[in-house]
Amino acid sequence: MLIYILKRLGLALIVALTVSVIAFALLRASGDIATALAGEGATPESIAVIRQTYGLDRPVVVQYFAWLWDVARGDFGQSFFFRTDVAGLIFGKIGNTLILGGASLAIALALSIPLGVLAAIYSGSMIDRAVTMFSLLGQALPSFFLGLALIMIFAIRLRWFPASGTDGWRNFVLPAVTLGYYITPPFMRLVRAGMIDALNTDYVRTARAKGLPARRVVFKHALRNALVPVVGLVAVQLGLLMGGSVVVESIFALDGLGYLAYQSISYRDFPVLQAVVLLLSLAYVVLTLLSDIINAWLDPRLRAA
Amino acid sequence: MTAITTNPPSRAGRAFRRLAHHPSLLIGSGIVLLMVLIAIFAPLIAPHDPYVQDISRRAVPPVWYEKGTWENILGTDQLGRDYLSRLIYGTRVSLLIGFSVVAISGLIGTTLGLLAGYFGGKVDTFVTFIVTVRLAMPVILVALAVVALFGGSMWVVITVLGLLKWDRFAVVVRSTTQQIRALDYIASARTAGASTAWILLREVLPNIAPQLIVIATIEVASAILMEAALSFLGLGVQPPLPSWGLMISEAKSYMFFSFWLIAIPGTALATLVFAINLAGDGLRDMITPERS
Repeated sequence: MLIYILKRLGLALIVALTVSVIAFALLRASGDIATALAGEGATPESIAVIRQTYGLDRPVVVQYFAWLWDVARGDFGQSFFFRTDVAGLIFGKIGNTLILGGASLAIALALSIPLGVLAAIYSGSMIDRAVTMFSLLGQALPSFFLGLALIMIFAIRLRWFPASGTDGWRNFVLPAVTLGYYITPPFMRLVRAGMIDALNTDYVRTARAKGLPARRVVFKHALRNALVPVVGLVAVQLGLLMGGSVVVESIFALDGLGYLAYQSISYRDFPVLQAVVLLLSLAYVVLTLLSDIINAWLDPRLRAA
Repeated sequence: MTAITTNPPSRAGRAFRRLAHHPSLLIGSGIVLLMVLIAIFAPLIAPHDPYVQDISRRAVPPVWYEKGTWENILGTDQLGRDYLSRLIYGTRVSLLIGFSVVAISGLIGTTLGLLAGYFGGKVDTFVTFIVTVRLAMPVILVALAVVALFGGSMWVVITVLGLLKWDRFAVVVRSTTQQIRALDYIASARTAGASTAWILLREVLPNIAPQLIVIATIEVASAILMEAALSFLGLGVQPPLPSWGLMISEAKSYMFFSFWLIAIPGTALATLVFAINLAGDGLRDMITPERS
């Protein structure tokens, strides 16, 4: 188990470093940083000064390691547009994205577990088909279209929730529903497939043969086993959720990391974009690492891989 | 399938019978085929030129509204362009991008997956590593950033998405090839002196084709949605090209009075993606009957 963890940790570290090289290259590819930092109408002299102060005249490899060292200490450099340090900017917004992500995940699980179980119990019936259709429709509905439709109905017509902004919990309802609905289908499929497999296992048959009530068999014996892969998917989906939050936060002008990333692209504020890309990638690496270790702990067969 | 026949039915007959057992495949591929035909014959079907603006006829509602006319069945947009014609030409953009992206990503992913699955060892470790790195990168953000750097155009969008979205192909082809590699007919091809390239292209590839087709359908749908999202955010296909995502984006400021400007391309987008996924689902059931 320890060897497996160490191997997996080593891979995660190499992946993280590779991603950091890509993120670093992204900023370099965006043009001359000294010119961008100096702002419009800067003289060649002031650009040269900035080049020297920020060490941009050094070889690229040296710059990369200097940058990596800064990042490791939590220093992501200066924003071109907001003129503040990137770390502080991100720290101020990450909370809103985490709330949105958590709420969306809660909605997705609250929808997908009961529906997936229902579809599995009545596999092949009309209920199963309806659930499958619902999940296909969820995959087909673009999140920005759903978001705008929700704004139209619940913000403009009914006036139940605000259309945009980040003033209170009411601002999070529509974005969370949009994002949650968007990530529901993969969970629902997994719960359904896992439940169908679990319901066909010997231990469930034994439990049934013993005369245990159906409800107990389904929830106590089958569901617990069907939910194991769902834990792994939660980790992977959290990464996707962050990506999806770019679109959803932009629609609702929710002041989180996704909206910040979108703004940074519009303003060509590449240090901010670089930091967000790096953070999201690292979050993904850490989450998959954790889920792999949890899975290996739950199922020793996986450790051999 | 319970049909018992004394003579094995012809290939086409079998395929048709299987199709009849999978209504979702039939309906899904039917709608997709219709959309493809609309895209190909767009100039013949569209009632108006999708680019011609008529300032005197701006934001005319569709025909089922009180102020609608049969002249513009789906109304006109904020610049007075016929909405039905733009919708029809938008089919071209969506399908062209969907299929082109998958042509690129499928080629990259299948090559990587074949090599990793067949050779194993260091090749496999290396491919698994690039797949992991690719999965760690947030696709939407990287795509947005690259489009922002190189400027938005249909070909930039196709290239970026094609170079980013090969991961599912690589993962599935890799594991399927691993299973096939161990089979007898590969071993016998090897002893018969077949070259590695021959084995990969003529023995392995045809046998993973069903799985490839299923992944390809999912990926076409996903690429279409991704393009729409990029164009919606203003960093994809550029005006005046009629992309459905862009149409929704352009109509955003008018949504209070003319929500149909958003609802029409949104519904078209959802219908196309739904149909492709429906067909993909049916295909999967057909290929792996035990999962259905």
